[in-house]
Amino acid sequence: MRRTLYVLGLFALATAAFYAVFSAVAYPWNWSGVWKYRQQFGYGWLMTMGLSLVAMVVSITFGFLLMLGRRAPWLPVQMGCGSVVELVRGSPLLVQLLIGHYIIAQALNIDQPLFTGVILLGCFEGAYLAEIFRGAVESISASQLEAARAVGFGKVQTYRFVIIPQALRRALPGTTGQLVSLIKDSSLLSVIGIEELVQKVKIMNAASFAPLEGYLPLVVAYLVVTLPLSYLARRLEGRFAYET
Amino acid sequence: MKLETHAVTKRFGAHAALDGASFTTGEEAHVVALLGPSGGGKSTLLRVLGSLLVPDDGHVSIDARTLPHEEDGALKERRGNGFVFQGYNLFPHLTALQNITLPLREVHGMAETQATQRALELLHRLGLAGHEHKKSGQLSGGQQQRAAIARALAPKPRLLLLDEPTSALDPVMTGEVLDVIRELAEAGQNIILATHEISFARKVADWVVFLAAGKVQESSPAVDFFTRPQTELAQRYLEGLSKYR
Repeated sequence: MRRTLYVLGLFALATAAFYAVFSAVAYPWNWSGVWKYRQQFGYGWLMTMGLSLVAMVVSITFGFLLMLGRRAPWLPVQMGCGSVVELVRGSPLLVQLLIGHYIIAQALNIDQPLFTGVILLGCFEGAYLAEIFRGAVESISASQLEAARAVGFGKVQTYRFVIIPQALRRALPGTTGQLVSLIKDSSLLSVIGIEELVQKVKIMNAASFAPLEGYLPLVVAYLVVTLPLSYLARRLEGRFAYET
Repeated sequence: MKLETHAVTKRFGAHAALDGASFTTGEEAHVVALLGPSGGGKSTLLRVLGSLLVPDDGHVSIDARTLPHEEDGALKERRGNGFVFQGYNLFPHLTALQNITLPLREVHGMAETQATQRALELLHRLGLAGHEHKKSGQLSGGQQQRAAIARALAPKPRLLLLDEPTSALDPVMTGEVLDVIRELAEAGQNIILATHEISFARKVADWVVFLAAGKVQESSPAVDFFTRPQTELAQRYLEGLSKYR
């Protein structure tokens, strides 16, 4: 009850602030363009969500492999994976997309911007995930690893039955944040010619001579997905919860 | 069983936890107690005897069979043993029952129904009926340790190794756990026990290995050790421990 009251109060406050700010600026709002291009908007939204979904799978796989690589007993693999993580995390996604699409993909004769874009986005977020996963795996205590050895688990079994189930819960909050970032970062794919949501909105705004209107529904279109994702992750955290 | 180690050394970085430890037990030692001051190498020797650790130097044999040093051989050897630790070390994401059935299925190839049956039988025997589906966080220390003992016993180990199993427990829970260990010893289970509970060791052990500073100072039948300790170190240790009990 009290909670609901707080929610309503905060919502009212935010709306008032929002309204005050917007009404202070004399801007002639014109929503007809947004309505006219709603189909294009929907197409862009589906594109963003579709490519984000595939990039998520790529990023989780890539991140997991990088994490394993950084923990590998073989030094060159460790160093190689470490360098990839640092380079990818340390440089702008924009540059990676441009070089990846116009140089690397060209050199490999791949003329599929969507394919290249999804892979590059997945790798970029995967480098962050690798570190989130590594932190979670390394937080599993030595006594748990010893217990795994003591009951006779081999290396793979130790990962499968002891490390991953416990690390999963610890990695969950960070991973969710990263996946939300991935959805938002997907807007950069417009630089290699992919017409995802942000690009569609830009086109729509330009065509209807309304430079700002499209961005408001755009925010809503992202939140519609990112908020439930965060909520779902919190639910999952609760389900995995156990006392230690 | 007969345990024998020859010049066993195990280093952790610059520190030698075992520094040329050698001893031989009698042919028919069933319950071997590892005694000695903290940091003396009890836990390390226990792990080496159970193939949980492989020594850097020296060798270990059990009933004249030399323990392998390479990882695959050690893993195989280890799978024939059961371990219980001071901190219980149950898997916190699993229930008491799952803690027992998972290794039975995945390591020992037992079918689900058989594994569950075996686990329930042990949990009931160790007084944990009604707690099968609780996770370790919902169990008391004594209950956790008994569940850990059930997990160690489930695959019917040749050798049960207990590393200070009651050091983290209050006196009541200590009593519960010691009762269980005593029953196992009386039922003929081969046991190696590192402990500070000397009055308990006196009751159940038939052989004592006394360690200090990474070396075996004394290895003798329990009766002899407790009545006539040979070294001054052991005498002082026994006096110190029995002062207030």
